[in-house]
Amino acid sequence: MTDSGDNQGREEQSEDVFSVERIRSLVELMKEHDLKEVDLRHFRQRIRICRGTNEVPVMAPPTMIAPQYAAPSAPPPAAQVSQVAAPPPAAADGPHIVTIKSPMVGTLYLRPNPKSDSFVKVGQSINPESTICIIEAMKVFNEIPAEVRGKVVEILCGNEEPVDFGKPLFKIDTRG
Amino acid sequence: MYNRILIANRGEIALRVQRACRELGIETVVVYSEADKDAPYVRLADQAICIGPPRSIDSYLKIENIISAAEIGNVDAIHPGYGFLSENSHFNEVCRSCNIDFIGPTPEAMEKLGDKNQARQMAKLAKVPVVPGSDGLIENEEEAIQTARAIGYPVLIKATAGGGGKGMRVAANELALKAALEQAQNEAKAAFGNGGVYLERYIEKPRHVEVQIIADHFGNVCHLLERDCSVQRRHQKLIEESPSPRLPESARRELCEAAVRLVKTAGYTNAGTVEFIVDQENRFYFIEVNARIQVEHPVTEMVTGIDLIKTQIAVASGKPLPFTQEEIVPRGAAMECRINAEDPNKNFQPCPGKIERIFVPGGYGVRFDTHVSAGYVVPPYYDSMIGKLIVFKENREEAISCMLRCLAELQIQGISTTVDFHKKVLSHGDFVQGIVDTKWVERELLSK
Repeated sequence: MTDSGDNQGREEQSEDVFSVERIRSLVELMKEHDLKEVDLRHFRQRIRICRGTNEVPVMAPPTMIAPQYAAPSAPPPAAQVSQVAAPPPAAADGPHIVTIKSPMVGTLYLRPNPKSDSFVKVGQSINPESTICIIEAMKVFNEIPAEVRGKVVEILCGNEEPVDFGKPLFKIDTRG
Repeated sequence: MYNRILIANRGEIALRVQRACRELGIETVVVYSEADKDAPYVRLADQAICIGPPRSIDSYLKIENIISAAEIGNVDAIHPGYGFLSENSHFNEVCRSCNIDFIGPTPEAMEKLGDKNQARQMAKLAKVPVVPGSDGLIENEEEAIQTARAIGYPVLIKATAGGGGKGMRVAANELALKAALEQAQNEAKAAFGNGGVYLERYIEKPRHVEVQIIADHFGNVCHLLERDCSVQRRHQKLIEESPSPRLPESARRELCEAAVRLVKTAGYTNAGTVEFIVDQENRFYFIEVNARIQVEHPVTEMVTGIDLIKTQIAVASGKPLPFTQEEIVPRGAAMECRINAEDPNKNFQPCPGKIERIFVPGGYGVRFDTHVSAGYVVPPYYDSMIGKLIVFKENREEAISCMLRCLAELQIQGISTTVDFHKKVLSHGDFVQGIVDTKWVERELLSK
């Protein structure tokens, strides 16, 4: 799911939004994390940078919109960056690592209520019937079962984060 | 005006609505199934939300996923496009109960006109002609004769439990009616276990002519003239045009006024299409209302100069219609060919697959509404339409010439399409003379 930038009434700052320095630092970030494409939005500004020769944009955004979009005036918070390419190279997940993906669209809750602990923690063992999270859709709170046995190795989303169908939520080591 | 709209559809109409939103400065949330994740228009959205696996029933038809997407996308309204949930009054109701505007009619108006029988009653109330017929089943021969005299020959005897042409008989006069009635009843009883039959005026070589209407919440209703969609195969439209060829001006005026009367009587709002059949004497009869925007809406846009999607959005947001009936002055002739990923040589079998290469026609008066590009994989889960080729010229003759030129320019490699089939239709003398009817394709082109 790609997120839009915050559009709740912030004024744009008048700066040279296409400054070379800003673009240069974005390109360095991309190289550092081996990103192929970065698409940043902030209010009505947007910049999209593609890296590598294989990338052929199928449909570029219409040019009439282009002047309204520009690099953000400050580095955006991490949540607003949409990474289209793969995350930084890490050890490849073995066949024993299962990713639990969202079965529905809604808002993810990692704990049963604001005062409780999370349903699961990293390192915790779970079984197929364990409730690992709640996804709220249309005011209905759906308890999501793990449907797998193992140990939680990574929690991929934050509490109260909107999730769409297929979004990776948890990584489980089935050997654990 | 809205800040954000969710587009609850896919393919070319999703892109069409997205374009209108962009021009209005409205942000778009596009929903997509896993099969559509690489569709080019998905990248153009301000936010894209995956709502399920490929099958429509698990994604584009899954109301809870679409509404959830609307909630997390923080939208003001949903545009349902055509097909899918666009005429689902329950979905419409759910949107309303979640404080999300549905860009279309109210659920009540949708239900009223969605039910064929209710719509027919509404038509009678609005003094809109319907196909003359018996009001119920025919009990005996005497009743058949009396009814046939009232509705006029030729009559069609139809089985109430029927389908597939079984139990249907045409009678040109009273003598034929007596013979045909018993045959039809027996056939119906054998095929469906129910010998009940009713009568309808038989319309020979009917043409399909529909009227685009649009209404706001202030009681203003306008028609945007007619479209002729007689080139069909198995009730699927292939080519649409405006104006309807050979329709006298008086019939056009009455047809359009009848559509407006019906819409006013039903309290309908937003865009809709009133469908009629027209007989060889240019008498028209109401069939049904499509309570949504239609595939062929660009034909009307070209001859009226009105952006229908933008008008839909404006009306839904509470604005009055930005034009009056008098200001709608048609000009020229427009035509649309639906380009489908189908093989006409194999009974129009759908041809999903990768489009290796595509060259799109252009030039003065040419519009190609499509979501595909080179490298796009046509998925097997949805309808086969990949684009709409629309031309707009001073008159019909020029429009046909332009369309033929465009069909020759249009190149799609990697999948079979209906491009060559359209060339055959456009080159046929009957089409050029404007004398086709809804059975013409099957009768003249496919059976020979």
